[in-house]
Amino acid sequence: MVEMVNRPYAAAFEKHALANPDVLCLSADLTSSCEIDGFRDRHPDRFVSLGMAEQNMMSFAGGLGLAGYRPFLHSFGVFLYRRPYDQLIASVAYPRRKVRLMGFLPGITTPGGMTHQAIEDIAVMRSIPNMTVLETGDATEVESICEAADSIDGPVYCRVLRGSIPRLFDTPIEVGRMRELAGGSDILVVTSGVATEEALRCRVALEGAGVSIRHLHIHTIKPFDREAFLDHVSAVSKGVVVLENHVIDGGVGSLAAEIMAEAGAGKPLVRLGLRDTFAHGGSRPYLMKHYGLDATALLAGIERLLGTSTGIREDDLAAIRVEAVHSGVKAEAL
Amino acid sequence: MDSHRENAKTTAEVAEGIRKRVFVHAMRNNGGYLSQACSAAEQLAFLYNEALTLGAPTLPPVPPPFSGVPSADNPDYVTGAGYNGPATPEYDRLFIAPAHYALVAYAALIEVGRMDEAGLEMFNKDGSSVEMIGAEHSPGMEVHNGTLGIGLSTGAGLAFGRRRRGEPGEVCVFMSDGEVQEGQTWEAVQAAAHHRIDNLWALMDVNDQQCDGAMSSVMEVGDIAAKFRDFGAVCQEIDAHDLDALREAKATPHEGRPLIILARSSPTQGMSFLRRRFPRLHYVRFKSPEERDEMNASIAAELGIDPVDLASETH
Repeated sequence: MVEMVNRPYAAAFEKHALANPDVLCLSADLTSSCEIDGFRDRHPDRFVSLGMAEQNMMSFAGGLGLAGYRPFLHSFGVFLYRRPYDQLIASVAYPRRKVRLMGFLPGITTPGGMTHQAIEDIAVMRSIPNMTVLETGDATEVESICEAADSIDGPVYCRVLRGSIPRLFDTPIEVGRMRELAGGSDILVVTSGVATEEALRCRVALEGAGVSIRHLHIHTIKPFDREAFLDHVSAVSKGVVVLENHVIDGGVGSLAAEIMAEAGAGKPLVRLGLRDTFAHGGSRPYLMKHYGLDATALLAGIERLLGTSTGIREDDLAAIRVEAVHSGVKAEAL
Repeated sequence: MDSHRENAKTTAEVAEGIRKRVFVHAMRNNGGYLSQACSAAEQLAFLYNEALTLGAPTLPPVPPPFSGVPSADNPDYVTGAGYNGPATPEYDRLFIAPAHYALVAYAALIEVGRMDEAGLEMFNKDGSSVEMIGAEHSPGMEVHNGTLGIGLSTGAGLAFGRRRRGEPGEVCVFMSDGEVQEGQTWEAVQAAAHHRIDNLWALMDVNDQQCDGAMSSVMEVGDIAAKFRDFGAVCQEIDAHDLDALREAKATPHEGRPLIILARSSPTQGMSFLRRRFPRLHYVRFKSPEERDEMNASIAAELGIDPVDLASETH
């Protein structure tokens, strides 16, 4: 059974900040919600409380960057781009300040409803010049996100998971590289963030049904390794399915579509995610099922490409226990 | 104070020079930001000629052409801050928050010998770095402020960082009063007060004007001095055209708080002819050749210079 890790960000950030004196911890009144309350209490001289005032926080961070600091901004993802978008562009993105935007509660991982759900953040961030976009999908990636983000020569937006998180991988994020989790030849499944756990569940059932899946996990959305992706597209016979915790417009699915179209890849593509809709508040399992972001939805997408039913039932998927992915089965170790 | 004194003009002379340069430029170019020169000439002269501690310019007197935006592929990118001297610990930093005052700021750079007057000829020309709305790469600019209300926050962040590093230099933000309509300005003041950022000060041109006209008709802002004090700043309100008042206000102790100087100005100071245009003064265009000639003669006389020779211009 997969290991569950409690609040991995808290220790990871503290370790990284203490090893890097120019890292500052900024918060906009969501300190414990972003798991930096312990850091605040233990290292008050490295913690800057900026209150519920994200516009000021963004430009203030730009000023800190000008002074040579590398501020980590902590808030829910939505509050790092919707309200302070103008400031994000002018004070951070344009001048390439080394500002690290740590966006918690990505997509529909929050019961907070529309105001709290960052469902179009990747589309927005991906289109901003100079911006790097990272997304965490397990505890190991959360543990390595600070170091990965802080290695970027410019601004970076990170989708960060909080709370109790499964450990799926045993190697840290390597910025710019995708993880190959399975090397099958029928269908290429591309997932990011919490969608990867759903795909792992789905894959166990598909293997039993004789479907050969090639599976990529994406933690670096921008910059994106186009050539590596196209090689994977070429390696499958039936097509590509992308599942993401985001609207299907502008996210990883769109990214796949753009690259495939530009290269004339000529293979079918199914994009799964929120389909031109806002979501409402509810539990994560409920929302993922309701909006078609779970293993069942992925299975349906795959069956669409296969043109046939696999005979796998929703109950079968629910019963599957996800196992951690060890280095031996990853392409980057091949 | 100022280690860079290539010219020995008085601050009053610099202010006069700013008005003349902006006037001549506007006449030759069929209009311009005249009222900003009227209201802010003394303030920018005061900043550059005596209030700020700035080193010698690090960029060439004649501004190089636009050399690209910041990107990973443009490693040689520099901002225009070099016209204010090096960004070393002992020197002050200046942000021009209302970037549409750029023409006035460029004129100030020329008057104090930091930029060649050829720089003004490049104003708003395609491919030039001397842009109409001051950009990061424009002479004397260090950050983008064309979106109003972000300057003070950036200044507060830089000042916080400089204090943390133990740098003696201060951060000054030149502001315009329209910015008090933006919520971010108040977020910045409360943050600066909360964090006791007192190596930060702002000089605000309070000319009661904005793009649509008189501020009172666009959005009433009330007693902004009282508001700034309530938000935690030390605030002084003075006559923007009185240099001694500017000097006295700058000397105000403000330990543990940012200092904000409200410089109440006239948008027609030194160019009385512009009163006819009140309250539409944000960007003055000529309605007819006759008006242009009349304005040329009238304002030139008030500034004590010959009218601009428009006949020899090619526009």
